[in-house]
Amino acid sequence: MTRISFGRILNTQTIALVSVLLLNWILFPGFFKIEWQDGRLFGSLIDVLNRGAPVAILAIGMTAVIATKGVDLSVGAVMAMSGAVAATLVVAGYSGPVAVGGALAVGLACGLWNGILVAVLDIQPIIATLVLMVAGRGIAQLITEGSIVTFSDPTLIFIGTGSFLGMPMPVVIAFALMVLVTLAVRKTAIGLFIEAVGINRSAATLAGIRSRLLLISVYSVSGLCAAIAGIIVAGDIRGADANNAGLWLELDAILAAVIGGTSLLGGRFSIPMSVIGALIIQAMNTGILVSGYPPEFNLVVKAGIITVILMIQSPLAGQVLGFFGRKKSGASR
Amino acid sequence: MNRSMRPLLATVAIFLVAYAAAVFQFPGLLSTRVLGNFLTDNAFLGITAVGMTFVIISGGIDLSVGAVIGFTGVLVAVLISSFGLHPLVAFAIAFVVAALFGAAMGLAIHYLEVPAFIVTLAGMFLARGGASVITQDSVPINNEFYTMISSLYFRLPGGGRLSFVGLLMIAVFVFGAILAHRTRFGSYVYALGGNATSASLMGVPVARTTVQIYMLSSVLACLAGIVFSLYTSAGYPLAAVGVELDAIGAVVIGGTLLTGGYGFVFGTFVGVMLLGLVQTYIIFDGTLSSWWTKIVIGILLFLFIVLQRLVFAASARGDRSSETA
Repeated sequence: MTRISFGRILNTQTIALVSVLLLNWILFPGFFKIEWQDGRLFGSLIDVLNRGAPVAILAIGMTAVIATKGVDLSVGAVMAMSGAVAATLVVAGYSGPVAVGGALAVGLACGLWNGILVAVLDIQPIIATLVLMVAGRGIAQLITEGSIVTFSDPTLIFIGTGSFLGMPMPVVIAFALMVLVTLAVRKTAIGLFIEAVGINRSAATLAGIRSRLLLISVYSVSGLCAAIAGIIVAGDIRGADANNAGLWLELDAILAAVIGGTSLLGGRFSIPMSVIGALIIQAMNTGILVSGYPPEFNLVVKAGIITVILMIQSPLAGQVLGFFGRKKSGASR
Repeated sequence: MNRSMRPLLATVAIFLVAYAAAVFQFPGLLSTRVLGNFLTDNAFLGITAVGMTFVIISGGIDLSVGAVIGFTGVLVAVLISSFGLHPLVAFAIAFVVAALFGAAMGLAIHYLEVPAFIVTLAGMFLARGGASVITQDSVPINNEFYTMISSLYFRLPGGGRLSFVGLLMIAVFVFGAILAHRTRFGSYVYALGGNATSASLMGVPVARTTVQIYMLSSVLACLAGIVFSLYTSAGYPLAAVGVELDAIGAVVIGGTLLTGGYGFVFGTFVGVMLLGLVQTYIIFDGTLSSWWTKIVIGILLFLFIVLQRLVFAASARGDRSSETA
C-alpha cells in the first residue's frame, strides 16, 4: 500500500493543490511569507492549514463512511450539537475536560445512531443521516435555547486557538487524527474490510467480515470526528452558535473526499488525499479573500474548479486523454 | 388491493390522523382560510418537490433546486427592475436559462459518469454564486403586472382565499402526475430508477431521459423561484437556502424510495402538506420555538423511513408466500 501511495505523490490532487497555492501567490505576492511571533507561526499558508482543519477532520471520518458506499450528511449538525453541549457544560460550571468528554460522547452517540440505522435497519445512508441533519440542528438550538452561548473556559479556547510546537492546535489535531486513522486502516486489515463492504456488502458478509459492526464503527468514527471539529469551531469563536456552526460543512467534507479521489460508489479511498482535498477547498477560499476579489465570486470559482477536477477524474476524460496518459506512464518507467 | 399503494395509503392516513389531531386541539385549523394559506405558503416548495420526485424516482438527487430558486428570483427582479423588461419576457429568459442549466447537469451526470449528488452540488454552488455575482442585495419588484398576479385569488366559502400561486401548484401536481403515470417519459423515468442497465438494454434512451429529468427539475425550480418572487415581491440571492432538503424530505415522506424506481407524485403532495401542517401547528401553538419544526420534521422523516421498511418487508414476505402457495 505504501509503495503505491508513494508512487502517486505526483497526482491530480497534489498538482491541483500546488497550482491553487501558486495562483494565490501570483495574486498575492506575500502568500508564502511565514513569520514566527509570540511562540507560534503566522502567515497565509498557516492560515490555510488552520481554517482548513475542521473540514479536514470531517473529511477523515467522511472518507471512511464513503468508502463503505455510504455518506454522512449529519456531520454539520453533529458539529453544532457537540459545540452546544461543550459550551453549555462549561457555562453550567463543569470543567473543560468534562465538557470535551461530553461533546465527544454526543458525537459518538450520533455516530452510533446513524450506524444502527444504516447497518441494522438497512436504511439508505443518505436518508438515514438526513434525519439527524434536519433534527440535529434543531436539537442544538434546543440545547442553547436559541442563543449563542459564550464561554471563557481555557481548555476549550486552547483547543480552538492555542498552539503546539508553533503550529495552531486545530492543525495539530487534524494531523494527528489523519496519521492515526491512516495507520489504523492501512497497517491493519480494517482498510481492506472497509473496501470489501463498500464494493459488495453481502459478499463481504459471506466472506466472514462482520459488516454490521464495521459499519457501526465507521459511522461512530465519523460522529467523533464531527464532534472534534465542533469543539474546535466553538473554541475558535469562544461560543456555540447552533444556527451557523458547521452549516453546509458536510457538503465541503464530501467534496474534499471526492476531490481526493475517493469513489462515491465505495471501495476506493485515501484519507491523506481527502485531507489534501480539504486543503484545496480552503486554499481557494483563502486565495479569493487575500487576493482582494469580491467574496461573491467565491462560490462561482469553487464550482468551476470542482467541475475541472471532476472532468479530469471522469472515465470519459481518461479515454480522451488515454493517449497522453500512456505516453507519460511509459516515460516514467 | 394493489400492494405497491400501501406506503402511499399509510402517508395519507398519517396526514389525516395528524390533521384531525391538530383540528381537535385548534378547531380554527379546519377553516378554508387556513387551508387556502396552506396552498399559497407552500406553493414554491410543492412545485420544487414535483421536480424532485422525478429526479428521485430516476435514482438521482438534485441539490441545486434551492439555489436555482434564489438565482431565478434575482434574475427576474433585475431584468424587470433594472432593464425594464415585461415580466413575461423576464420569465421566458429565466426558463431558458434554467433549462440550459438543468441540461448541462444532466449531460455531466450521464457523460462524465459523476454521481448526481456531486454534479448538482457543484450546480448549487454555481447558481448560488451566480445570484450573488448579479447582486448582493434584495432587489424589490415594483410592477403592475406582478402585483396583479400576486393579488389574484378566488374567494372560497368561509372567507378563505385560493390564490393564483396555490392553483398553479395544484396544476403542476396534476401535470406531474400525468407525466409520471401516463406518458412514455414517465415510464422511462421509472425504468431508469429501477435498474439503469436493464433500462438501457430494453431500449430506454438513457442519455436523453437523464438530461430531460434534470431539465424538468431545474425548470420547475425556476417556476418555484418565480412563485417565490411573486410571494415576496423581491429577488434575494440568499432566498430559499435549504429548500432542497425540505423538498427531499417531502418526497421521502410522500413514500418515494430514494433508491429509485418507486414513488407517486400524489404522495409528494401529501408530504408537502404534512410539512406545512407541522409549521402551521407550531405557529398556532405559539409557545413552541421555531427549532421544534426541525426536530419534528426529523422525527417524521425517521418514522416514515421505518414505516416504509416495515411495509416493504411485509409485502415482500407476502409475495413470497403467495408464490409458494
